Amino acid sequence: MSDASTATATTATSEPARALAAVPRAGWHVATVAATRRETANAARLELEVDGWPGNAAGQHLDLRLTAPDGYTATRSYSIASSGSGTRVVLAVDRLPDGEVSPFLVNEVRVGDRLEVHGPLGAFFVWRPVDHGALRSAGDGAGGAASALRARPVQLIAGGSGIVPLFAMATAHAEARDLTPFRMLYSVRTPDDLFFAEELMALAATSDDFRLDLVYTRRTPDGWPNPAGRVTREALEGAVLPATERPIVYVCGSTGFVERVASWLIELGHDARDIRTERFGGI
Amino acid sequence: MSFITRGFSGRSHERDERLPPGQTLVHDFPVLSAGPTPEIDTAEWEFSITTETGGVHSWNWQQFMALPIDEVDTDIHCVTHWSKLGTSWRGISLDTLFENVETQYDYVMAHSYGGYTTNLALDDLLDGKAWIAFEFDGEPLDPEHGGPARLLVPHLYFWKSAKWVRGLVMMGEDEPGFWEQNGYHLHGDPWKEERYW
Ligand SMILES: Cc1cc2nc3c(=O)[nH]c(=O)nc-3n(C[C@H](O)[C@H](O)[C@H](O)COP(=O)(O)OP(=O)(O)OC[C@H]3O[C@@H](n4cnc5c(N)ncnc54)[C@H](O)[C@@H]3O)c2cc1C
Repeated sequence: MSDASTATATTATSEPARALAAVPRAGWHVATVAATRRETANAARLELEVDGWPGNAAGQHLDLRLTAPDGYTATRSYSIASSGSGTRVVLAVDRLPDGEVSPFLVNEVRVGDRLEVHGPLGAFFVWRPVDHGALRSAGDGAGGAASALRARPVQLIAGGSGIVPLFAMATAHAEARDLTPFRMLYSVRTPDDLFFAEELMALAATSDDFRLDLVYTRRTPDGWPNPAGRVTREALEGAVLPATERPIVYVCGSTGFVERVASWLIELGHDARDIRTERFGGI
Repeated sequence: MSFITRGFSGRSHERDERLPPGQTLVHDFPVLSAGPTPEIDTAEWEFSITTETGGVHSWNWQQFMALPIDEVDTDIHCVTHWSKLGTSWRGISLDTLFENVETQYDYVMAHSYGGYTTNLALDDLLDGKAWIAFEFDGEPLDPEHGGPARLLVPHLYFWKSAKWVRGLVMMGEDEPGFWEQNGYHLHGDPWKEERYW
């Protein structure tokens, strides 16, 4: 991982820049689509084999660039559902009606297609398990800030496709057999809109340190105890680790979802510095 | 190394010359923030410039509003690939704010309410290139877009236009701020696609 040393060299004088050394350097790569599958009626999962991918931490994203025959390009960001040192990268894309890129990714892309990706990106909206050898070897270890985070429980809050980076964190947590208590609140329209449904149920069933709470905004499964409806402040209070436990909270989803949830978390006593957000767009 | 993506034609091929490479025109106003949106009361708001001698120039909201106000019409470009063209702002020019500031230093760290920082060269802030803006499209600036006041440095990617700005601290050398430590470019020129480093 000599790339990491390039990154530090740029700002050799800066102490905080060392946090970056733990993250592989971003670059452009050619990705070949290795597998696709329907994630929900409206979304697809893409498994990419990325030539030269340096690995990524759970929570990072990449930029994906499409080029038309006349040279026109469209670039969008996508979170990575996978983590670790391999060259396989999993994305999950929700199709937005009238969108330029997401309908193409969900409906058009097939196995064998090549796509350009730039990454891994983002060093703040990430979670690292205690023993993640591959990434730690990149530098001097994750540093004091990261080890301080480890001691604290983690609350994940996802709206819709905002599950993607949080799923990467939950999986990394389970794979590392990390003992940090994890709790996830996941809001979706209907039971058919759950991303990673099987994997999440399996995680919740097998791990004592991972708890999953679901909120359905439009339609619930039969016999569900709560009526369908958006996450409210009360629901949040009931299903989120309390501020007194000082969790690190990761919130991801549409901009409106993140804004609402994050402001309620502040009202519920969470420290703004303990809340990390990724806003996907929209309202 | 760009190559054609099989099956992709894209939506609009009229490439507006005002769009830097890799940018898409949007009509809404997306939000890029790393944490919750802070709520800052203008009654408690203060803005300061701190120099190497420890000298502090500061303004409260009323003093700030008494300064000459510029109308700014400009395009803005976010590192997350969206641009807005012809946005209109009102704010105070950094030339006005630096009028009585004595400094030998060439770099600035912008500090925001909520703790975020971003680094800038003084050259990128002076000579009509930057403002502290408090109005967007004729309305007070929304908190989620950085209100009550944000830095506006439209010739650089928009994360440099620090939201919820509360002060500038002069620096002898360029040092990465919060966003730059998390992977964004030290300078951030959209025409050179200085997104990440
Ligand atoms: C860091 C980051 C990570 C992301 N990760 C993912 C991911 O893992 N999976 C995923 O599906 N998307 C993700 N997104 C969103 C993605 O980048 C695109 O914005 C999305 O796929 C829409 O692109 P499009 O070209 O289809 O739509 P566009 O043609 O760009 O836009 C269509 C319309 O939809 C609006 N819009 C954009 N995003 C949303 C939204 N989330 N909800 C509602 N309306 C919206 C736009 O404002 C526009 O009006 C992520 C965004 C960011 C910034």
